[in-house]
Amino acid sequence: MAKPKVALYWCASCGGCEEAVVDLAEDILKVVEAVDIIFWPVAMDFKKADVEGMADGEIAVSFINGAIRTEEQGEMVKLLRRKSGLVVAFGSCAHLGGIPGLANFWNRETIFERVYKGVPTMDNPEGVLPQTRTAVAGKELTIPEFWDTVHTLDQVIPVDYYLPGCAPPPDLIMNAITAILEGKLPEKGAVLAPDKSLCDTCPLADSKPEKLSLKEVKRPYEVILDPEKCFLAQGVICLGPATRSGCGERCINACMPCRGCFGPTKGARDQGARSLSFVASLLGIEEEEKMTDEEVEKLIDQIPDPAGLFYMYSLPSSLLRRRIMK
Amino acid sequence: MNEPTIVSFLCNWCSYEGADKAGNARLEYPANIRPIRVMCSGRVDTELVLQAFREGASGVLILGCHPGDCHYKKGNYKTRRRMLLLRKALAQFGVEPERVKVDWVAAGEGERFAKVANEMAETIRELGPLRLPLSG
Amino acid sequence: MKRITIDPITRLEGHGKIEIFLDEKGDVDKAFFQVPELRGFEKFCEGRMAEEMPRLTPKICGVCPTTHHMASGKTLDDLFGVDPPPAAKKIRELVNSAFMAEDHTLHFFFLGGPDFIVGPQAPAAERNILGVIQKVGLDAGKKVIEIRKRLREIITKQGGRVIHPVCNLPGGVSKGVSKEDREEYIQTGKDAVEFARFALKAFEDIVLKNKEYVDVVVGDIYKHQTYYMGLVDENNKVNFYDGDIRVVDPAGHEFVKFKPREYLKYIAEHVEPWSYIKFPYLKDVGWKGFVDGKDSGVYRVAPLARLNASEGMATPLAQEEYEKLYDTLGGKPAHNTLAYHWARLVELLYAAERLLELAQDEEILDPQVRNVPTATPKEGIGVVEAPRGTLYHHYKTDERGILTEVNLIVATVNNSAAICMSIEKAAKGLIKGGKVSDGLLNMVEMAFRAYDPCLACATHSLPGDMPLEVNIRNPEGKIERTLRRL
Ligand code: SF4
Ligand code: SF4
Ligand code: SF4
Ligand code: FES
Repeated sequence: MAKPKVALYWCASCGGCEEAVVDLAEDILKVVEAVDIIFWPVAMDFKKADVEGMADGEIAVSFINGAIRTEEQGEMVKLLRRKSGLVVAFGSCAHLGGIPGLANFWNRETIFERVYKGVPTMDNPEGVLPQTRTAVAGKELTIPEFWDTVHTLDQVIPVDYYLPGCAPPPDLIMNAITAILEGKLPEKGAVLAPDKSLCDTCPLADSKPEKLSLKEVKRPYEVILDPEKCFLAQGVICLGPATRSGCGERCINACMPCRGCFGPTKGARDQGARSLSFVASLLGIEEEEKMTDEEVEKLIDQIPDPAGLFYMYSLPSSLLRRRIMK
Repeated sequence: MNEPTIVSFLCNWCSYEGADKAGNARLEYPANIRPIRVMCSGRVDTELVLQAFREGASGVLILGCHPGDCHYKKGNYKTRRRMLLLRKALAQFGVEPERVKVDWVAAGEGERFAKVANEMAETIRELGPLRLPLSG
Repeated sequence: MKRITIDPITRLEGHGKIEIFLDEKGDVDKAFFQVPELRGFEKFCEGRMAEEMPRLTPKICGVCPTTHHMASGKTLDDLFGVDPPPAAKKIRELVNSAFMAEDHTLHFFFLGGPDFIVGPQAPAAERNILGVIQKVGLDAGKKVIEIRKRLREIITKQGGRVIHPVCNLPGGVSKGVSKEDREEYIQTGKDAVEFARFALKAFEDIVLKNKEYVDVVVGDIYKHQTYYMGLVDENNKVNFYDGDIRVVDPAGHEFVKFKPREYLKYIAEHVEPWSYIKFPYLKDVGWKGFVDGKDSGVYRVAPLARLNASEGMATPLAQEEYEKLYDTLGGKPAHNTLAYHWARLVELLYAAERLLELAQDEEILDPQVRNVPTATPKEGIGVVEAPRGTLYHHYKTDERGILTEVNLIVATVNNSAAICMSIEKAAKGLIKGGKVSDGLLNMVEMAFRAYDPCLACATHSLPGDMPLEVNIRNPEGKIERTLRRL
């Protein structure tokens, strides 16, 4: 029997997701034995034309990482969609937009202004900006257009499964590959990670009080965190309650609060809104009857960047998707 | 011209009655307010508010029982905190915080309902319709 | 006019692209190296809480996230005016050394090394890690994989995640070193030193003893007389984590030595409309275009540049190798681009020795690993050496520590002008009369690969061979011939 064909592709990616595949180390050999990797631009020399030449659905599964922010990336993933039985959004950027998705607080113009004119090292008296087409001494050079808005993969093509994480951990990658090979996949649209919250598996969960109340919010730099005690109970925002488990509690083990790279648990449409809700519900419960609006505002003011914090990994997938630029 | 839509979440135990009262008393309140009955203002999650915006609302008005009167004891306090925090986040999205308002209307306060609703309609009229990018 | 497009990453949109234009005679007229990508961290970090920067900026690059994490941590120390306790500094440097060692190993054995170990003219199919393993033996191949794994384990243990660590905060780190872990780190340090010596020995046996290879390394095609920049300690020895920035001129004389805080006085950036990458240069010399020499502000960073900009290595074994390198290449500074590979191995040894020193230091066990800042934040600048060069982070905030301005000069960006020049020079020297062969193209590509440019392409190739497609176009832009190296 022919081995199933697998494609790996990256869009607006930092490369960490590729590194995560390389980090499978010895396991990668098992993968290579079981499947036929037919397209992996960082590692192998196959061209777009090779993919175009394939029959529709010929690729068993395409793993795509990175957010989508250029026309070419959009075209490429549409092509892969056509040729693939399954498409898996690999990593936070493809899944939710990821950290580069924070660019949705701005647009192309404001980003260019800063990067090519505003920074203090800049020497650009003529205000030169990158152009999709430039003639240099009669020679034409082209670069792809930079979009205003960063998109998640499923905003551009239908996605069958999601592998969460920045980057996804090796055990989940291997589980996913095994599930695909053995045909033991959950229902379409599923996130291939446990459907529990991080708090459910967190080693500090026992120290999380039944009735939590945040009298004040402290920022991680303002305190020395006790590694044995739930961070929320120490007054530091941890997004564990609204984040999916499966990462191996990586940040918690380094004594740092969760920032939500695994995305929300099942059923949530907007990770940031969920996080915001649970934090707001814990804030100043004890005195709530006595507080004036102003006092509540003051408490809330201890979270100076709510959108950036609660949507750190998921701005493009939010219900609002981006900031409205006036 | 169509007025921009305002979705209003009304607590079943108080504000919904208040709105009813206003209606019965033929008090004038804006037609572009779409009431939705909820069991408690505390049930109005931030996701629900954003969903309303995504589906075309230009304003969201949440009305609950007066402080101390919530049937579930503290639902209204929770909503106040949530919405104040959400307003702050909305500003970062370029959405005017005034598009979300929380207030209290008791069952007997038909007039108060009309007043709050009219004020909200006025605010939204001034702000104009909310145009979310990439809607649909 | 013919046009050759080298898309070294076989990608439609790519993260790096080389365009070579031929004149009527078929000689190279011009060559361009383009970066078709931008993500805009300098802008979208505005408004964020400063303490999140060590968690945000690693996402600039998943290949060298650790150095961004370090640069960011140091910038926060400066921003909040807080000095980390000694153990914290040592832990950071330990993690950074482990990272430098594993990354240099990756580049040498998987990416750049194959050109030498297997040979620049060897069939492309062998010019990869598998070819390397064949040449140096299977055991050696296993060693490479094993040592990388153990070095990365140190980053995971201290940083939480190996891809995008999270442990740095203003004033130190979130987690100390445990007794058991330290024992393991010491053993890894020892083995890493042995491994680095083995790598240098392999380089000596395979490259230095082969006249043909040595001729390629020292050949004029791969030479540029530029300024060099690197971080040095108080004795002008190479340091990856801390110190002053030292710049030497093309003759090797100290041109300037400055504190991270003063970088704006010395570095400026130029913009070209045909690339998203910017071109930094030395302000005092000025931007004169893509040219080398004393009058051009173009400078180079990364392994060889660091060695050139220093007066030696701070560890004994690396110092011996440093001397040997310059003896062989005919003194300092060495301008040979391909000697970057050798310098990388010298640095690998230094990183390993430094890792061992730090792990053996009793103080690293001190549980006091953070000082909580009390001053009002305003402005911070932090500089470290990444595998691929000097990395600058610069933040300004309001009094609540909310970022108002961010500037970043990322390692590879410092080399962007030099990379363009090196490619053009190699192309001009190698491609004549329209003759473009597979072997020649690899040699053009070698000029690019020596810098280990982190465009998330060269650095990721597995199993170590950058695929290459070349379209040769007639004056109308129609493809006359396609060369493909598989
Ligand atoms: S999900 Fe994380 S590791 Fe993967 S590409 Fe995005 S930023 Fe990089
Ligand atoms: S809030 Fe964070 S620290 Fe507390 S139990 Fe949940 S994941 Fe763990
Ligand atoms: S703790 Fe949170 S942010 Fe850290 S890896 Fe896990 S899910 Fe991601
Ligand atoms: S029942 Fe009316 S607000 Fe809770």
